[in-house]
Amino acid sequence: MRYLQIENARLIDPANNLDTVAEIFVADGRIQTIGRRPIAGEIEESIDAQGQWLIPGLIDLGGHLPEPGYSQKGSIASETRAACAGGFTHICSLPDTKPVADTAAVIQLVLEKAAKAGFARVLPLGALTQGLAGEQIANMVTLQEAGAVALSNARRPIRDNYVLRRLMEYAATYDIPLFLTANDEALSAGGCMHEGPTATRMGLSGIPETAETIAIANILLLIEQTGVRAHISQISCARSVAMLTEAHQRGLPVTADTTLANLLYTDEAVEGYNSLFNVQPPLRSERDRLALLQAVEQGHLAISSNHQPHEIAAKKAPFADAEAGMSQYDHFLPQALSLVHRGELSIDALIRATSTIPANLLGLRQQLTEGAAFNACLVDPNAENVVTAQSLQSRGRNHPALGRTLKGQVKRVFVDGQLVFAS
Amino acid sequence: MTTDPSKVQLTEDGRLKHFLTTEGLSRELLTEILDTADSFISTQERAVKTVPLLRGKTVVNLFFENSTRTRSTFELAAKRLSADILNLDIAKSATAKGETLMDTLWNLEAMYSDMFVVRHADSGAAHFIAEHVTPNVAIINAGDGRHAHPTQAMLDMLTIRRHTGSIEGKIVAIVGDILHSRVARSQIHALRTLGAAEVRVIGPGTLLPRDIDALGARPFYNMNQGLADCDVVIMLRLQKERMQNALLPSESEFFKLYGLTEEKLALAKPDAIVMHPGPINRGVEIESAVADGPQSVILNQVSYGIAVRMAVMAMAMSGQQSAQMIDEDGAQ
Repeated sequence: MRYLQIENARLIDPANNLDTVAEIFVADGRIQTIGRRPIAGEIEESIDAQGQWLIPGLIDLGGHLPEPGYSQKGSIASETRAACAGGFTHICSLPDTKPVADTAAVIQLVLEKAAKAGFARVLPLGALTQGLAGEQIANMVTLQEAGAVALSNARRPIRDNYVLRRLMEYAATYDIPLFLTANDEALSAGGCMHEGPTATRMGLSGIPETAETIAIANILLLIEQTGVRAHISQISCARSVAMLTEAHQRGLPVTADTTLANLLYTDEAVEGYNSLFNVQPPLRSERDRLALLQAVEQGHLAISSNHQPHEIAAKKAPFADAEAGMSQYDHFLPQALSLVHRGELSIDALIRATSTIPANLLGLRQQLTEGAAFNACLVDPNAENVVTAQSLQSRGRNHPALGRTLKGQVKRVFVDGQLVFAS
Repeated sequence: MTTDPSKVQLTEDGRLKHFLTTEGLSRELLTEILDTADSFISTQERAVKTVPLLRGKTVVNLFFENSTRTRSTFELAAKRLSADILNLDIAKSATAKGETLMDTLWNLEAMYSDMFVVRHADSGAAHFIAEHVTPNVAIINAGDGRHAHPTQAMLDMLTIRRHTGSIEGKIVAIVGDILHSRVARSQIHALRTLGAAEVRVIGPGTLLPRDIDALGARPFYNMNQGLADCDVVIMLRLQKERMQNALLPSESEFFKLYGLTEEKLALAKPDAIVMHPGPINRGVEIESAVADGPQSVILNQVSYGIAVRMAVMAMAMSGQQSAQMIDEDGAQ
């Protein structure tokens, strides 16, 4: 066999209680040995990763890919490359493309384009309802057979609890997992930011936390009744964390994620009508942010990107008229590492939330262990870089860290042993 | 990419170059606006009413929302400053969104406009234009969403100052639909900066925005308690659509609880003044006996509106010119 050897890296993988400097040998797309030389074979390439960390590749539980339908915002190639630049090896693509991912054809198109691009692996989320209209059940089994790993309605509303119940029952029949967002449309309608003192002062319509918590209560009760496998995407409120904890205590096997933006920023970022921070779910209060961080630290919450690239014009409008969303794939890991550098999150918790928990949820084996596929990321935790428009792989120009200096740099990303990104 | 709105409107040496919000402006600057407006009131009493401060300048009234009254006073103010004025009724040509907005503005800028008077349904719209679209055109905010209506607030400050002597130490109550009111927000900031002893907001829970106390206003749900010992009572207009939106049961119940009657007004100080930015809904937020009564200064407010708008237009144009001269010097 011909091996790739990585020397001197600090290997960190909380799933295997691993945190050590050791050499690692990769061949045939898999980790062959850790900390010992293979018995036979030759070294084809050797990387000296002195001062770098080798961690399991990140897995995104929800990002928006602009194809099909929104080519002005980017392509599958540009965004999957940006995802690799941010440390991801796998990304779940949300189904709100145009047309929406409610047919096998769209799922196949996304998979083909992603495979052709050859960067991060795309795990498509199929549409939960036809046209994402929240009315009629999508062809769930067909979508799953086409390659959808789970079904989601993005942030579009489900008509009512009757439809939601039936969707769950149908999905439970075939053990198809659902990714649900908690948003009571009637309570959030017209809102463009967190309802709180900043919204009041700026005269912007607020989205109350009950828009999320009431929807979570609904979802949890129906999961309990139907027994569906479900994940709640993009929670933003402290109260939601408490509700999930209570559900766990009752033995309900529900998982959830929050977005990186909700861990990095609060509603005060909107100050000055900065449309970059017009996002859904909205950035909440400091109390919410701290509760989300605590849940991540305790291993109860995953972190997703909610990556949403936009062209300049989409954001160049008065705040409420600007399109929601931020480009997050580029510099994702350095942004997340800022939480580690600030002492708000441990590196183990960060890896669990961005890799281990998503892998378990999706049935992937994303680990630094012998025999596992080599999906990993080499990162220099201390390199400092200024985020410039030129540094972005994404076509989206709505990156919240533009102009800022970030500490931490993704050096190399491997998918199934193949180098897909290097800086 | 974006700065504090209160900074966007000032030159480096702290002069006004746009007028977007009363928030964050110093007491000195607000007082300068009032003093300048006072000086224009005396010119308004002369036979020849124009002054040449904006001669040769082009002012464009850009109203993305309809408003006959505010637009007319801006038009008159511009004419009395000797400016050329162009009225664009964009509300009628529909789409006032994103790219259309920017294209419209760039076209107007290319026509060598010097000042835009902007009214728009989006909070932050005037700020957006000043910062991202046409920074070299002086922007006067004539109302943006629920955020700010600074010229209305300043004419209210002028009214209070002229009728009670000073804003310092006064207790001021603002009554009604605070939630949707850009006027109330601008008034609260101006009153706090100019030294009012207390700013109260009075209304039902559905019409008082959450965390209004963070702006420095004290909420009251009971009008009798809220009016006690007030020096100034400002009534806000109630829009009909509030009933359809489940914010209020009916006009009659609103009037019963929050309508200003002679009996309720008697709870304020005996010399308290009554204000209303107009147009009045008689019998909904105020009864006629009070609106037309001796304590009402509602009509005076309208006449001060022209002087205040002349003042901020003159000040912003002068600040904008000095900022541009500094930029040109810097470029050389």
